[in-house]
Amino acid sequence: MPNSRGGHFKAVVLGVSTGGVAALKFILGALPPDFPIPVLIVTHITPDSDDSLAVLLDTLSAIRIKEADEMEAITSGTVYLAPANYHLLVEREHLLALSIDPPVNFARPSVDVLFESAAEVYGPALIGVIMTGAGNDGSNGLLKIKNRGGMTIVQDPADAKMDDMPRSALHVVKADHVVCLKEIPALLMRLIQRKP
Amino acid sequence: MTSDELIDLEIKLLMEGIYQVYGYDFREYSEASLRRRLLQWLSGSGFASLSLAQSSLLRDRELFATLLRGITVNVSEMFRDPPFFKAIRELVVPHLKTYPFVKIWHAGCASGEEAYSMAILLEEEGLKGRFRIYATDINEEVIRTAQAGIYPLQELQRFTRSYQQADGTGSFSDYYTARYDRAILNASLRENIVFAAHNLAVDADFGEMNLILCRNVMIYFKQPLKERVLGLFDSSLVPGGFLCLGTKESLHHRRISDRYEAITPRMQIYRKRYAK
Repeated sequence: MPNSRGGHFKAVVLGVSTGGVAALKFILGALPPDFPIPVLIVTHITPDSDDSLAVLLDTLSAIRIKEADEMEAITSGTVYLAPANYHLLVEREHLLALSIDPPVNFARPSVDVLFESAAEVYGPALIGVIMTGAGNDGSNGLLKIKNRGGMTIVQDPADAKMDDMPRSALHVVKADHVVCLKEIPALLMRLIQRKP
Repeated sequence: MTSDELIDLEIKLLMEGIYQVYGYDFREYSEASLRRRLLQWLSGSGFASLSLAQSSLLRDRELFATLLRGITVNVSEMFRDPPFFKAIRELVVPHLKTYPFVKIWHAGCASGEEAYSMAILLEEEGLKGRFRIYATDINEEVIRTAQAGIYPLQELQRFTRSYQQADGTGSFSDYYTARYDRAILNASLRENIVFAAHNLAVDADFGEMNLILCRNVMIYFKQPLKERVLGLFDSSLVPGGFLCLGTKESLHHRRISDRYEAITPRMQIYRKRYAK
């Protein structure tokens, strides 16, 4: 299978839990508004949250950030956050899908659900990122991305506010990159062949 | 063809077969969730692929029933999204009270939690004896669960907080009787609800409804099926009737949009306009 080192990436998926808001503020704040591919994010938020996290991150960042709507067309230069109490998935036609299927790894939205469905659609053209968080959500999804030839990035557990999620991911997947939070934006830019 | 594309093809073939043999139409279901549910069923089925399972599925009705459960069972909670039920109480009930009798269609009721929530809310608002809820689902098995009104006690207790957040005016525990680890909802609640099997993809409309709830059901449908179902709701609702969708669903850019107005900015509650 051809590997995806040629900068032909079509999407980034990112999973984060405990400590995620600060990490997202930093990463999304560092991305330029014309970031050339879409970013899909699952962060574990309480079921009764509204879209205030997306609104907050949007005001703090140059790039456009919004909560995912059902059957919304995925466009580049946009960051989509999974809404509270829904799983976020990707349709073959590059549309966003939502579901209220039971929680996976005690989580809804679940990182695994997003990563697995995105891996099926984007194959080697996908970058998966696991960052700080409790539990092990996202590990299986990251493995699926790896198995489809996609690029895998894990935040260095020593650098993570909660190291369970990165540690669990590294236990399951031999990640392509293990880096500190502050290096992630530059790494993403480099991978899609642009200097930040 | 990649292995994922091959699986998509197997799903398409199987769905066609199921439609022709059993009449259940999943051909217009959106693929991402359908694939996830099918593969979950497959992993516990003992078959190595959907193609291998297909031969048995099309001949063995009982095996098919297990698949149907896997594809169609939706999770449900009592008073899911308390702000929604609060909005119903404050913005919709005052209109419902002006009718001598109120008919409600709850489409995709799953195991019945939301239909019972609505019955509780309407009783508390003084509509006791003046409403009927027609609660339907594609899956006959979950309809039986809904009819029984028996749930794990722990789950019901978990819904107490949502009930309170939805401005419940009583004590939630008054609505059920606990025995060991199960609880049965009061029979008086069940008297107002008619549970029935109904398939939104192929069956006809229900007449003269004042309120239709279909929350987080159409998120699994592709656009043409969504339009069909919305058309079904439109022809079932009286002018001035209400249509309620899930928090992340909307009537934007739908064929019936022009005939409806959103009555509150944050909740997906729409009112059908009176003809001009």
